[in-house]
Amino acid sequence: MENIEIIKDIKLDCSFAIFNDSNLTLASGTVLKNFRLAFKTFGILNKNKTNAILICHALTGDQYVTGTNPITGRDGWWSRMVGPNKPIDTNKFFVICSNVLGGCAGSTGPKEKKNNEQQIYGGDFPSLTIKDIVNAQTKLLDALNINQLFSVIGGSMGAMQALQWSVDFPNRIQSIIHIAGALKHSAQNIAFHEVGRQAIMNDANWHKGNYVENNSIPERGLSVARMIAHITYLSEDAMHRKFGRKLQSRDIISFGFDADFQIESYLRYQGRSFVERFDANSYLYLTRAMDYFDHSETFRKTLQFVNSPNDHIKYLVISFTSDWLFPTRENKEIVEILNNLSKNVSFLEVDTDKGHDSFLLDEPDLDYAMKGFLESNYGKIDD
Amino acid sequence: MIKIKSIRKDWDLIESLIKDKSRILDIGCGEGDLIQQLERNLDARVHGIEKSQKLAQKGIVKGLNITQGDAEKDLLQYANQSFDYVVLSQTLQAMVQPKKILIELLRIGSKAIVSFPNFGHWKIRLQLLFNGKMPITTGLPYSWYDTPNIHFFTLKDFENLCKEMNIIIENSIGLTDRGKQFTINDSLLPANIITNEAIFLLSYKNFEPIKIKSTNKIFAKNSAIIN
Repeated sequence: MENIEIIKDIKLDCSFAIFNDSNLTLASGTVLKNFRLAFKTFGILNKNKTNAILICHALTGDQYVTGTNPITGRDGWWSRMVGPNKPIDTNKFFVICSNVLGGCAGSTGPKEKKNNEQQIYGGDFPSLTIKDIVNAQTKLLDALNINQLFSVIGGSMGAMQALQWSVDFPNRIQSIIHIAGALKHSAQNIAFHEVGRQAIMNDANWHKGNYVENNSIPERGLSVARMIAHITYLSEDAMHRKFGRKLQSRDIISFGFDADFQIESYLRYQGRSFVERFDANSYLYLTRAMDYFDHSETFRKTLQFVNSPNDHIKYLVISFTSDWLFPTRENKEIVEILNNLSKNVSFLEVDTDKGHDSFLLDEPDLDYAMKGFLESNYGKIDD
Repeated sequence: MIKIKSIRKDWDLIESLIKDKSRILDIGCGEGDLIQQLERNLDARVHGIEKSQKLAQKGIVKGLNITQGDAEKDLLQYANQSFDYVVLSQTLQAMVQPKKILIELLRIGSKAIVSFPNFGHWKIRLQLLFNGKMPITTGLPYSWYDTPNIHFFTLKDFENLCKEMNIIIENSIGLTDRGKQFTINDSLLPANIITNEAIFLLSYKNFEPIKIKSTNKIFAKNSAIIN
């Protein structure tokens, strides 16, 4: 018998939904008997429960979408987008953000304990897909007694989740905002992920994923993985604008392998600080979940044949001109299928040199489009 | 619902050519004012495509379905006969391949509405005749070297192209430079001289198979005839 408990954690400033005997069947066939999701909500759910928005975080995000993140002490990862009078206005909308299954900010993942045992998962955690992550989110919504979402919003891996929602649960959503994603994870993206994973797995401290038991952390591997990934989130123009060939704390080159250049110093810093907040195994599992994401064959077919009740959904797809990780071309594939099937879709390509990370950065056109899309369409439903 | 009053005369004429509750695609929809008008006034299901990011996002925030894209490259995504009307307002003269666009309009829509500035208007003729320079008018306000309008054509040119492409002109409305409207076909006046702006409702010929008694061969007969 399924048993759900929701508790508040003061120290971590978030809530936990604990699912016992819920038997979540993963795409791999493994059944997750017990699991929990860490989540936060912002704003107030209206009487008819029509104003709920689910925000799906990207690869290294968490439930601290806005406000202060108690783990890092810094602002939430989308503070500029979410909050009172912000584009996703918490005076109007009830915002839910949960740490993904397999994550490392409180939800069940490789660094958490196995089913009521003292041993932690480590490398024994089951393989995950985006579909599994979304299935777990629906359990959370059920637990919160929310049947309908006004919108599901996400960038990058979050966009994959938003798309998955529209495929698997079209009658539970009114709209999606899909930012810088794709129908499938491309060969190039899998390649970058593989290099990152190899860096982690080749770190002697990794111990086949069971590093906690061995009192070690594969810090070097994880920080190299982050450095590589960070390059893919930027664009050449932005990197040139920000760093160029500028030297770091020196006037002349060192004729050595120190961080002579500012870009080196910056990447090293990104790698170092990432290790403090992210779990290496979570990184392996979640990058793998992204690699497995592929709706190139299924998206059209599901829209056409399987889930006919999707005519009501408003889709907004946004890409960035300088994003080479999830380029415009790949976002447009989604739009083209939707237009081909006469669905309610809008598409915007925001002109910016900030690369894939644009959705997290100050991009007024993005804010404007998202705010307007949400509020004009919200005006069309009753509250 | 309060009807939207048009900010442009030609939009009201376009609206008058469209049946209620139609599916409409507006190519080069700008910030979506025309489709918003059609959505409200005709209870139509509307989509737009617009090249400029700034204009597209202004339309999206109105709650309209707008795809940022280039009409010369991005029309392929729309399925055959997926709209009742495809509108191309004041844009044909700026297209690299106008003929190809016309084919696309009638592939996507069962009817097309095309409006354009008439280069055969008397003021333009006089400017070219007396000044010997490329004409500049309120409808065509650009100098030759920086105009987006790369294909100039007259009413007659357009009618001839339709004929050549077996496109039926179901209706055609002319607007004089003073905004007076008239039906081009019925006009006793020389339409190609007084029309400043033209609006055409187009469709393909519907072939009706008929049987000839003596043979059993099937011939095609036009159900409508261009005059």
